[in-house]
Amino acid sequence: LLQVRTADSPHPRFDLNNDASLVIDIPDALCERDKVKFTVHTKTTLSSFQKPEYSVQRQHEDFIWLHDTIVETEEYAGLIIPPAPPKPDFEGPREKMHKLGEGESSMTKEEYAKMKQELEKTVQVHEVFLQRLSSHPMFRKDRNFQIFLEYDQDLTVRRKNAKEMFGGFFKNMVKSADEVLISGVKEVDEFFEQEKNFLLDYSSKIKDATAKAEKMTRSHKNVADDYNHISGALNNTAADNNTAFKKHLEKCAEVFEKLRKVEDRMASDQELKLTELLRYYTRDIQAAKDLLYRRARALADYENSNKALDKARLKGKDVAQAEENQKQCLQKFDKLSESGKKELTSFKARRVVAFRKNLIEMTELEIKHAKVRRLKCYVYHYMFIRQCSGILI
Amino acid sequence: MSGSCGRIPPPFPDNEDQEAESDTRVLDSDEDDDDEGEDIFTGARSNPITPTSAPDEGDIFSEEGSYIRSDVHHATNGLHPDEEELDLFTEATVELTLTNTTSQGRREIIGPTASACNTTQVPNSILKPSIVTKTTEELEEEESGDQFELNIAVTNPEKIGDGMNAYMSYKVSTQTTLPMFLNKTFSVRRRFSDFLGLYEKISAKHSLLGCIIPPPPQKSVVGMTKVKVGKEDSSSAEFVEKRRAALERYLQRVVAHPSLLQDPDVREFLERDELPRAVNTQTLSGPGLLKMINRASDAVNKMTIKMNESDNWFESKLQEVENEEQLLRRLHAAVDSLVNHRKELCSNTAVFSKSVAMLGSVEENSALSRALSQLAEVEDKMEQLHQQQAFSDFFILAELLADYIRLLGAVRCCFEQRMKVWQRLQEAQSTLQKKREAEAKLLWANKPEKLQQAKDDINEVKLSTANDKHNTWESKVSQYERDFERVTCTVRKEVLRFEKEKARDFKQHIVKYLESLLHTQHRLVKCWEAFLPEAKAIA
Repeated sequence: LLQVRTADSPHPRFDLNNDASLVIDIPDALCERDKVKFTVHTKTTLSSFQKPEYSVQRQHEDFIWLHDTIVETEEYAGLIIPPAPPKPDFEGPREKMHKLGEGESSMTKEEYAKMKQELEKTVQVHEVFLQRLSSHPMFRKDRNFQIFLEYDQDLTVRRKNAKEMFGGFFKNMVKSADEVLISGVKEVDEFFEQEKNFLLDYSSKIKDATAKAEKMTRSHKNVADDYNHISGALNNTAADNNTAFKKHLEKCAEVFEKLRKVEDRMASDQELKLTELLRYYTRDIQAAKDLLYRRARALADYENSNKALDKARLKGKDVAQAEENQKQCLQKFDKLSESGKKELTSFKARRVVAFRKNLIEMTELEIKHAKVRRLKCYVYHYMFIRQCSGILI
Repeated sequence: MSGSCGRIPPPFPDNEDQEAESDTRVLDSDEDDDDEGEDIFTGARSNPITPTSAPDEGDIFSEEGSYIRSDVHHATNGLHPDEEELDLFTEATVELTLTNTTSQGRREIIGPTASACNTTQVPNSILKPSIVTKTTEELEEEESGDQFELNIAVTNPEKIGDGMNAYMSYKVSTQTTLPMFLNKTFSVRRRFSDFLGLYEKISAKHSLLGCIIPPPPQKSVVGMTKVKVGKEDSSSAEFVEKRRAALERYLQRVVAHPSLLQDPDVREFLERDELPRAVNTQTLSGPGLLKMINRASDAVNKMTIKMNESDNWFESKLQEVENEEQLLRRLHAAVDSLVNHRKELCSNTAVFSKSVAMLGSVEENSALSRALSQLAEVEDKMEQLHQQQAFSDFFILAELLADYIRLLGAVRCCFEQRMKVWQRLQEAQSTLQKKREAEAKLLWANKPEKLQQAKDDINEVKLSTANDKHNTWESKVSQYERDFERVTCTVRKEVLRFEKEKARDFKQHIVKYLESLLHTQHRLVKCWEAFLPEAKAIA
C-alpha cells in the first residue's frame, strides 16, 4: 500500500484553477496492488451542484470514461478536447507491489522513491485533465463531468453502460486523421491552412523532442546506477583489505553511494518538469489536430452534400431532403470553423503561458537543486579529506 | 636458514604502529637505500624517518604531506594547450597537501599554497581554495630550503612523418633543483618506443634486486594506426591525449622511486638530446608484459617450501595482492561502464538540444521561440559539462585503476624475483649438502687423495679453474644468502612503500574527482541562472 499526499510533493504542479467558482484538485492518491485510487476533491459555488464540497474516489478508468463521453459528444466537436491522462505506469514497481502484498519481499528505499515519483507524476496529469475541463466554459457544464465530481459511489456500472453505447466509434476514426488533413480537402480559409501546417510540423517536432528527452533521462539514470555499482565494488575491495587503505575505500564507497542520489535527482528533475511538459503538449497538439480533423470531415461532408444536391437536382428527386442535408452540413461546418478558430487561438495563448510557467518553474527548481548538489559535493569533498586524515570519523 | 636482515620479521602489519617500526628498521639495515626515505620528487619528508614519532589516531603513512603530482586536465577537451614552460608546471604539480597530524598532534592550516595553485589553470578551485595543511616538520624544512624538487611534464604531442612510418613525438620537460642534473629546466623530445626502452633498461637492472618497476603504458596497434593514417577525428585526439597522460604518469612514478631516480639511464632519458633508438620493444607490448607477469605468479605458486616465519608475511601479502588485483579489475569495469554511460548521456543531450532548437524554430510565438532556442543552448552547455565530467571519470578514476592493476602485476613480478633468488639459494645449498655428504663418505672410505679433493671443493681454498668467479660452493652459498637477504629486505620495503603510495594516490584522486563534480555542479547553477531571465521573458 503506497500513499502519496500530493500536497507534500516537492514539485509544483500545473495549476489551472483560474476561477474560484469551481476548484478541483487531487490531494492524494493510493496505490494498492495494481490499482491507483485518486481522491478527487471539488469546491464549488455553482448552483448546478448540490453541495459546495465533494471528495470522491476515482480510478484511472473513470477518467477515460469521462474523456470518451466528451469526445463522443457532438456538441463539443468544435472544441479542443483535453487529452486523456495516460495510464499510470508502474510496470516494474508494480510487480514488487504484488510481492509486497504477498509478503514475499520488501521494497528498497530506491524502489519506494521511484514508485512515489511515478505516482506523483500520474496524479499531476490526472489533475490537469480535470482542471482543463473545469476552466472551460462549455466543459465545466457537462453533465457527466458533474457526475464524475459528485457521485459518491463507484462509477464502474456507468462505465460499462457507456461502453456498450458508443463502442469507441470516434476513436477508430481519429487514427487516420493525419492522412485526411494532409492529403484531404482543399482549404479555403487561410487561418486553418496555416494552422494545419503549423500543427503538423509542430506535432512531429514535439514528438521528437519528447522521445529525445526520454532517451536523455534514461542515460542519466544509467549513470546514477553506475555510481551504485562502483560503490558496491568499492565495498567489496574494502572488505578484502586490512590496511589503512580499507578505510579510504569505505569512505569512498559512501561518497559514491551519495553521488548516485545526486545524479539520480538531476535526471529526475529534468524529467519531471521538462519531459512531462513536452509529453503533455504532444498530447495536447494531438487534441488540436483532432479538432482540425473533425472540421475537415465536416468540410468533406459539406462538399459531399453539395454533390448530392446537384445530383438530386439533376434527377429531380429528393431535392428538399438534399437541400436540408446541405444546409445542416454547412451549419455544422460553420459552427466548427467558428468555434475551432476560437479554440485554436486560445490554445496558442494557453500553450505559451504553460510553457512559460513550466520553464520558469523548471529553471528555478534546477537552480535550487543544483545549489544543493553543489553544496553537497563541497561537503563530500571536505568530509572525505577530513575523514581520511582521521580528523573526523 | 637465515633470511632476515638481522631483525625479527614483524607480524602481519595491519597494526599501524608496527608498520612504522618495521619500516624504519628496514630502512636502517637496507644497504641500497641511500636517500633515507626522503621522497625527493615531492620534496616532503616521509614519516619513516621519524622513528620517535608515536603514531596517533590517524594512519601516519597516508597522512604525510603529499603533493598531487599528476595533472588532470580540467580544461575543455583535454588537449594540452601549448604553454610556456612555467605554466606547464603549475598544471603539473598542484600542491594540495592533505591532512596531517604531527607527532605532537598539532595541525597547521595555511591558505592555498603560493606556487602552484593557479586558479586560472585549475578551474576546480573556483569556489574555494583547496584546504592545505602541513606538518610543522614540513614547514620547518621548507623554510630551511632543504627541499629538492623534481617536476616532470609530458606535453606537445606532434606527429612526425607520414603514413605507416609516422610516429608521435612528445616533449618531456623537467624542472628540478636536484644537483645531479646539468640544468634546472630542460626538455627533450621522446617517442613512445623510447619510453619502452627506458623500461627495459630499468627492468633489467633493478627488478633482480626486488624493486617494483612501474610498468609503461600499453602499446595499441589500433589506436596508433588511426593516428598514423591521419584521421583527424576526436577519437584519435582522445587516444593521443590518453597516451600522453599515461606517459606522464609513468615518468612521474619512475622518478618517485628513490633508487630509480638515481639510475643514470633515467637521467639520460630526461636530459640527453638524442637517444639511440630502442629496439626489441615488441616484447614489452601489453600482452607480452601480461604473459610475463602471469608466469610470475605461477612460479610463485609452485613454491612450497617455507623458509621461516617471514615467509608468512610474503605469502599472505602476495595473496592480498592477487585478490586486490581481481577486485580492482571489477571496480575498473564498473568505472568503465560509468564512462560509457556518461558519453551516451553526452550524445543524447546533444541530440536533445538539437530537437529543442528545431521545436523553437517552428514555434510561432517569437518570445517562446527565442526561449526554446536558449533552452537548446543550455542543453548544449550541459552536453559540454557531461563531456568534461566523462573526461574526469576517465582520467581521474578509470586510468588510476588501470594503472594500479598493472602496478599490482609489477608487484607480483617483484615477488617472483625474490622466489628466483630463493630457488638459486636452495639449489646451491642442496649442491653444497651433496658435496659435504660425498666428503663424509670419502672420509669413511679412507681415500685421502679424493678426500682432499672433496675438501678443496667445499672450502674456501681457491681452485685452479680460471673462469670460476665464485670459487667454492660455500662462498656461493654465502653470496646467495646475502642476495636473498637483500632482496627480501628490498621487496618488503618496496611493498610497504607501494602501499603507502597507493593509499595516498587513491585518496588524492578521489579528492580531485570530487572537485570535478563540484565544479560541474557549480557550472550547472550558472547555466540555469543564465536561462531564468530568458524563461521569464516569454510573453
